[in-house]
Amino acid sequence: MRGFLAGLAAVAAVLILTTQPAAACAGLIGPNGAVNLLRTTTFAGYHNGVEHYVTSFQFAGGSGQFGSLIPLPGIPDKVEKGGAWTLQRLIRETNPIPTAAPFALAADSAKRSAQVILEVRIDALDITVLKGGGAEVGQWATEHGFRLPPAAPEVLDFYANRSPIFLAAVFDADAAKARGQRIGDGTPVHVTIPTANPWVPLRILGLGKSADDRVDADVYLLTDKRPALLPYPFANGMRLDHSATATTSLLDDLRSDKGMDWVPQSGWLSKIAIDASASQLTYDLAVDAKGTSPSRVAAGLEAPPSVTNPSGQPSGDQLALIGIALAAFGAIFLIRKSQPVIG
Amino acid sequence: MIVRTIVALALAALAASACTTASAAQLPTRIGIRIHYSHFDQTKIDVPMGVPITFTLVNDDPIDHEWLIGDDAFHARHRAGTEAVHGDRPNEVSLPAFSVKTTTLTFDRPGPLTFICHFPQHEAYGMVGVVMVKATG
Repeated sequence: MRGFLAGLAAVAAVLILTTQPAAACAGLIGPNGAVNLLRTTTFAGYHNGVEHYVTSFQFAGGSGQFGSLIPLPGIPDKVEKGGAWTLQRLIRETNPIPTAAPFALAADSAKRSAQVILEVRIDALDITVLKGGGAEVGQWATEHGFRLPPAAPEVLDFYANRSPIFLAAVFDADAAKARGQRIGDGTPVHVTIPTANPWVPLRILGLGKSADDRVDADVYLLTDKRPALLPYPFANGMRLDHSATATTSLLDDLRSDKGMDWVPQSGWLSKIAIDASASQLTYDLAVDAKGTSPSRVAAGLEAPPSVTNPSGQPSGDQLALIGIALAAFGAIFLIRKSQPVIG
Repeated sequence: MIVRTIVALALAALAASACTTASAAQLPTRIGIRIHYSHFDQTKIDVPMGVPITFTLVNDDPIDHEWLIGDDAFHARHRAGTEAVHGDRPNEVSLPAFSVKTTTLTFDRPGPLTFICHFPQHEAYGMVGVVMVKATG
């Protein structure tokens, strides 16, 4: 593990999308209903300028390929299989089970084209980290046999203008079945990203949904101290469900999971519940881990001062912004192109 | 990029001419329509009846679109259709990502015709426009 990971910790973000019919699941499920990713759950830990991002893709049956694009605030140093119980343990922290089984048992349940930065295979997931503008990333997805929802061009530009890094996760349902994965089985992925502040993209959760469709998600943030949030979660479909010093038992449990030895000895746990219509999600969640002033640009409330220059390298302003942002999650969900096109 | 800029400027000129109030005989016969962020940049276009109308269609998006023009019955068929690619008929144009295509149509009846992208969710997202065919007599 790289040196900067030592003693690392803190922002934890968990996203849970409710299971819904195919057309109303934030693009999680292809329009043909053939392949379902039951939900995407995410944990992001942030400490000493490094983001640890853990997300899990759960198999809900079907065949073929399916996946998502996830905007990231910077180029990850490492993408690897995540620990088995981190996500479940965080959920249990704020949603205790009255007759919970011993914690140890939880582990058992548990043309223009973008530049390819990193490729890795994790179980039935093919992970590709991309660098490029919205058009480039969109074209990469198109060239790799997938079709994006109609809102994707605008949303990809929205994120690429803040950080030109995306993570594409393609789930191979046939491979999952061949591996013996059962419906509901999750594949955790752990992404390590150096950055200066957490950032949680929320707008992207509405992609592929109708304006009135609901977006339900839980975002867990674990920071060294009480963070400042923007927008403050009390309106527009957001609410602050939990804000307190992280318990020692939680931190100990998280630290005992695979790849989680960076979890610090103390921290602040926040839980932000998202219960919004897709049309309400016009913002992202900007976080200042030092508790002072989150970025309005990172929150999507202001446009970035500049965009990617022609060289494809982020500008100085972008680098600053990238530093502000943390791991992102979301779902620009790719629809299998081999399916018949209506029209 | 330069080519796309030139095309964009040409489309702007075409669009400006298309918006000019005029009698049917003075209506433009060359129309430019640009697709950006899954929207047509023109959604109401007047054209004259009985003369060839050339449409230049520019897909500025990184995703595929299509431009299908016809009456209500035509669109009802395409909403339930399964054709992956169009190309043999001038009123059915497939537009791959970042593509430019030209098609020429002669409208023989006055009245409105609708152009729509029938890719999944695209019509609901707003990819709809109307060509109003004006009698020249």
